[in-house]
Amino acid sequence: MTEREQMNVVIVGHVDHGKSTLIGRMLADTHSLPDGKLEQVKAQCARNAKPFEYAFLLDALKDEQSQGITIDTARCFFKSDKRDYIIIDAPGHIEFLKNMVTGAARAEAAMLLIDAKEGIRENSKRHGYMMSFLGIRNITVCVNKMDLVDYSQDVFNDIKERYTAFLKEINLTPRHIIPVSAREGDNIVSLSKKMPWYDGLSALEAFDDFEKAPPRIEKALRFPIQDIYKFTQQGDDRRIFSGRIETGELAVGDEVVFLPSNKHSKVTTVEGFNLPAQQSSFAGQSTGVTLETQIYVKPGEIMCLANQKKPHVSTKFRANLFWMGKQPFVKGKNYKLKLSSQQVPVVLSELVSVLDASELSSIGNKPQVDRHDVAECVLETLKPVAFDEVTTVSETGRFVIVDNYEITGGGIILAPVFDQTSALKTKIKARDHNWQRSEISCSLRSKAYSHNAAFVMITGAKNTGKIALAKALEKKLFEAKKLTYFMGISNDLLATEFGTSDKTLNRVQHIQQLGEIAHVMADAGMILIASISDVDSYELRMLRDLTQPHQTIVVHVGENQFDDEQVDITLPESAATDDAAQTIADHLQKVLLPAPEYSI
Amino acid sequence: MSKTMTKLDQIEAQSIFIFREAYREFKSLAMLWSIGKDSTVLLWLARKAFFGHVPFPLVHIDTSYKIPEMITYRDKLAREWKLNMVYGQNKAALEAKQTFPDGAIDRISCCKALKTEALKHTLAGDWPRYRLNHDSGEYEIDKNTEPYTGVIVGARADEEGSRSKERYFSPRDRNNDWDVGDQPPELWNQFKTDFAPGTHVRIHPLLDWTELNIWEYIDREEIPITGLYFDRGEGKRYRSLGCMPCTSPIDSTAKNVKEVIEELRSGKLKNIAERSGREQDKEDGGGLETLRVDGYM
Repeated sequence: MTEREQMNVVIVGHVDHGKSTLIGRMLADTHSLPDGKLEQVKAQCARNAKPFEYAFLLDALKDEQSQGITIDTARCFFKSDKRDYIIIDAPGHIEFLKNMVTGAARAEAAMLLIDAKEGIRENSKRHGYMMSFLGIRNITVCVNKMDLVDYSQDVFNDIKERYTAFLKEINLTPRHIIPVSAREGDNIVSLSKKMPWYDGLSALEAFDDFEKAPPRIEKALRFPIQDIYKFTQQGDDRRIFSGRIETGELAVGDEVVFLPSNKHSKVTTVEGFNLPAQQSSFAGQSTGVTLETQIYVKPGEIMCLANQKKPHVSTKFRANLFWMGKQPFVKGKNYKLKLSSQQVPVVLSELVSVLDASELSSIGNKPQVDRHDVAECVLETLKPVAFDEVTTVSETGRFVIVDNYEITGGGIILAPVFDQTSALKTKIKARDHNWQRSEISCSLRSKAYSHNAAFVMITGAKNTGKIALAKALEKKLFEAKKLTYFMGISNDLLATEFGTSDKTLNRVQHIQQLGEIAHVMADAGMILIASISDVDSYELRMLRDLTQPHQTIVVHVGENQFDDEQVDITLPESAATDDAAQTIADHLQKVLLPAPEYSI
Repeated sequence: MSKTMTKLDQIEAQSIFIFREAYREFKSLAMLWSIGKDSTVLLWLARKAFFGHVPFPLVHIDTSYKIPEMITYRDKLAREWKLNMVYGQNKAALEAKQTFPDGAIDRISCCKALKTEALKHTLAGDWPRYRLNHDSGEYEIDKNTEPYTGVIVGARADEEGSRSKERYFSPRDRNNDWDVGDQPPELWNQFKTDFAPGTHVRIHPLLDWTELNIWEYIDREEIPITGLYFDRGEGKRYRSLGCMPCTSPIDSTAKNVKEVIEELRSGKLKNIAERSGREQDKEDGGGLETLRVDGYM
């Protein structure tokens, strides 16, 4: 059996311009309603003594009917001779923009309604703009309620001209502009005699005229890793890198590279359940692969082919963003960025312009992005992320922003930004600038205590005896009359202080706080010892930067995942605690000897 | 190999993607298994997503009025597939005979007590959870009383009006309530995976599936489902499974999966809503929605 094609189409437009009525009419006229549904709704209307409307077919929810407006995206199904449609009814009211976006983001095509009598309204334009933003280029416009303007060709032409001009500004060309009356059924499934001057397609024909997007297999591989599974307890030793391939394809034997970490390996197997053995996998499939080498990669990295064009890796990019949050998007606050399967803290680095989406005009010099604003800005992530320009690979060129548990912004990436300044460095500069220093200099302290200050950070996987080692080291140093302190504050303890359960943001807050404490303690001349699990190379760099000008000495327990220059001492997990502590103490003895001739 | 995806391939890939998002983001995750065809497909998709494993508990709300064959089937699969099987129950209402079959209350109130309340408290962990011990083959009180913060559910958008408005990731507040008017945005496959303490998120991997898709997938994957869905010589079969006193079979002679698909495609059932055998839906013109706002699945 050859399969019928399916398409998601969203219906958008200003509030009360007849979206639900159009859908109700399409369902009824294509006989896509379950038998009896129409009669049931009609009977219900009769019982409540109100005239039947096609929109009621969709307004399945009680509170919706009472308000008379669609508050959320409803989905329904109908069939034409050509294909099956999932119709997404998006609310027109501005308050429900986030619902409209939700509906529209799933769509492959959009039908935009304009009320012939009311004409082009604020949301007619805003929704057009959002379609362009969301990357939906398949658009047909219906000028509805033609019955209310006596089926006037002049009214239609005027709206057609002005709206086409608007769409042109945002680089959209509608496939068709159709005069209809959804309530009366004119030009819905066939052309109406009431508008003899119109000889284009009916709304239903225009649905069938939407084009499917070309397959994404031809593009370079983008395989965002959602997770890495190893179900050892269930007796399964496969280490499976899992996710959905967004673009391109991969096969057994392919050389792959993970970004942003830039780690390389080779595909050994393509895994699946209740499937015949596979040699390859392609765009759209949720799949999993095992690799030749045991590389350490975190969920969120994007697997690419070594011989293909790679995504950008940077901590900064220029983007267009729309904001749905009740609180504005502001500088100086940590947000969470979700881009493909990556999650990283992000800050607003620069606000280029804020736009009124219904007029496409710039709103002065706004210092922040308010709800329903659209802005061009530069975002900075606290760790590098891998991404593409939205025009190259849309799947890895768009992102959302999370504020206080909620998705509050969506954006598309215009270009990477490569520069040396970072929010952290700026912050450290300001900190050091404002720091009041006494006459007791670092070198005086070093001389008095007979050793330089330092931050000794013990890292490695969880449960590798790091804390015991830290305590043993503190004891050794203390007995050798060094000024030392083991800071045994746990990750949890620090995290609860921030009052958020967001893992990503907590982690960065924890690192920053630890770095600040290390800086203060080292400034006081102390050898501060702390342990932290599963630190990555970006976090290491952050800690080093914060502790400066004092030294950070990194001790890694267990299998080393870092570049050599990042770690000062690597200890095997099996080493006896006391021996390990002695190794560190010996190393410190050498490197923390105060310089006799000159001061730092 | 052809590099195109069928409709079933596409919705399967999306469901798997959702499962993996849920598993990565929710530390205390559980899946509701009603034993029916939808949530059994859901269970199969979990095994697809996790390469043969189901790395979270499956929760069944046992009203004690379920068709006995459902429970036998549940425990058989739980053993075969080594599932982490848990059930919860409103023991107090059953012992006090405060149920519809006992004649004490109406159907909707009975659903609320035996399903919604039992579910709420089982998820919260403040009522006992009974967990299958695979060594003894018996159910024992589960030591884990931690609330489930992510709950995977097999709701489909085409089932009924209110479900068509669901999100893939749908937050519930402290009282288990669903605020239909203020749902989170979902775009570009980025879902609401962050939640305030005390709240939880319902996850709906089957949202895009239709009843026909479910049967086509059961057929394609040869998923073992309970025989209650087929005519076994009486000219009747169940289309939707529930409690015995409130669920009746429909007239049908479909004896196997292929015949059920044929029946659905032929349009023979077009006039009959899928849940038409479920009496509680008919009670106040919006029975299911009334129940859902309170946390019913």
